[in-house]
Amino acid sequence: MDYRQEIRKFIGENLSLEHEGAVLSDDDNYFELRFVNSLFAMRLVDYVERRFGIEIENEDLDLKNFSTINNLHALIERKLSRKGAIYE
Amino acid sequence: MERKKEIKCIVWDLDHTIWDHVLLETPDVQLRPWIKEIIETLDRRGILHSIASKNDYGAAWGKLEELGLEQFFIYPEIHWNAKSSSIANIQRNINIGMDAILFIDDQEFELEEVKAVHPAVNCLHADRYISLLDDPRLMPRFITADSARRRQMYQQDYLRKRAEEQYQGPSEQFLATLGMKFTIHPATEEDLQRAEELTVRTNQLNATGKTYSYDELFVLMHSTEHQLLVCELEDKYGTYGKIGLVLIHMQETCWRLKMLLMSCRVMSRGAGSVLLTYVMREAKGHVKTLLADFRDTGRNRMMNISYRFSGFQEESSDGEGNYVFRHNLQQVGNFPKYIEVRVLTESAGPRGEVYGLSSGNPEIYR
Repeated sequence: MDYRQEIRKFIGENLSLEHEGAVLSDDDNYFELRFVNSLFAMRLVDYVERRFGIEIENEDLDLKNFSTINNLHALIERKLSRKGAIYE
Repeated sequence: MERKKEIKCIVWDLDHTIWDHVLLETPDVQLRPWIKEIIETLDRRGILHSIASKNDYGAAWGKLEELGLEQFFIYPEIHWNAKSSSIANIQRNINIGMDAILFIDDQEFELEEVKAVHPAVNCLHADRYISLLDDPRLMPRFITADSARRRQMYQQDYLRKRAEEQYQGPSEQFLATLGMKFTIHPATEEDLQRAEELTVRTNQLNATGKTYSYDELFVLMHSTEHQLLVCELEDKYGTYGKIGLVLIHMQETCWRLKMLLMSCRVMSRGAGSVLLTYVMREAKGHVKTLLADFRDTGRNRMMNISYRFSGFQEESSDGEGNYVFRHNLQQVGNFPKYIEVRVLTESAGPRGEVYGLSSGNPEIYR
């Protein structure tokens, strides 16, 4: 499963980009593009946990894992495969 | 120091609780004895008031205006839905814990319905409202300027929220319209009561969950090895008051953040990150390494995420929820454009030296 489009949608809804209509590419670092507040960070972690039914542990809470769509997608896939479940 | 959990908001029923009859049957209801005085007194102590009443909104609010009480209530829930849902709305709007709410009603059914859905909510039968002024949970140790104007600050928040909902466009553009000014200054004696209050009241954005008494803070404020900083935030709607506190233990080669906390009212404003950025820039400017204490309290995950996402790495942990973070300070970000950051220095403080800052004029970062 490819969740990239879905993640992009969540970020687009919760983080405003400098230029309206700008599209976030899979490797854009959205934490570098702007000043991110704690509330967005919390929402992002919360979204990933709930949507994919996984638990983000301390060792996963590395900014790198969350800073681009590709990295986040990789983290989710890693966690899901470790869970051993096929997530629909 | 363990204290009885403070109540931050009282949610009142109206019929047979605030006034003596059922409004829709008896239009000229009278206030029950001393109700107004009790609400005014608690309001001055910084206790918030709201309403959960099954009533006609227009009639009930009109009566409150006629009785001169309407300005005391924030986020009133006056409709025919279950009171448990009203309490949930109030709790979400004010952004406090369920255990910080006291619900008062004359009907056992309503008290039980709320208790069944929200076991943490404190309940009181309306016949016992006279006891409120003597209730230790409603007696904050200090009544600070911030507590006395707490209700007004929430009312300003309400205006902000409404403006934000109506604003079409990116949220950072909205934030820019607020004209926010963030001030950081060393704590003075006048700040200490509010500082203690902040350590007691702040849960979600408290990095260690530790509370500090006035006396402990007084000692730390005068310690040459410590820097105790207070933050204030204001915007075009008014002041948010003193909303943040940071304690730095300044050792020879290393600065250690012993405490970092922010009022939950400024959570969505990026204020916590501004404060962290400031500390990182200062530590870097002084060529110190930067450590930070974090204790997992079960309620402060946002602080854990904030530290880690700001580039702090876990240095050690004791397996019991206590962590020490380290930041290598190689990459320290700038302040956001939508907030003006001012750093005020002490002109002639007891330390005689102010770290990192030229004395005199405030430094302004934009």
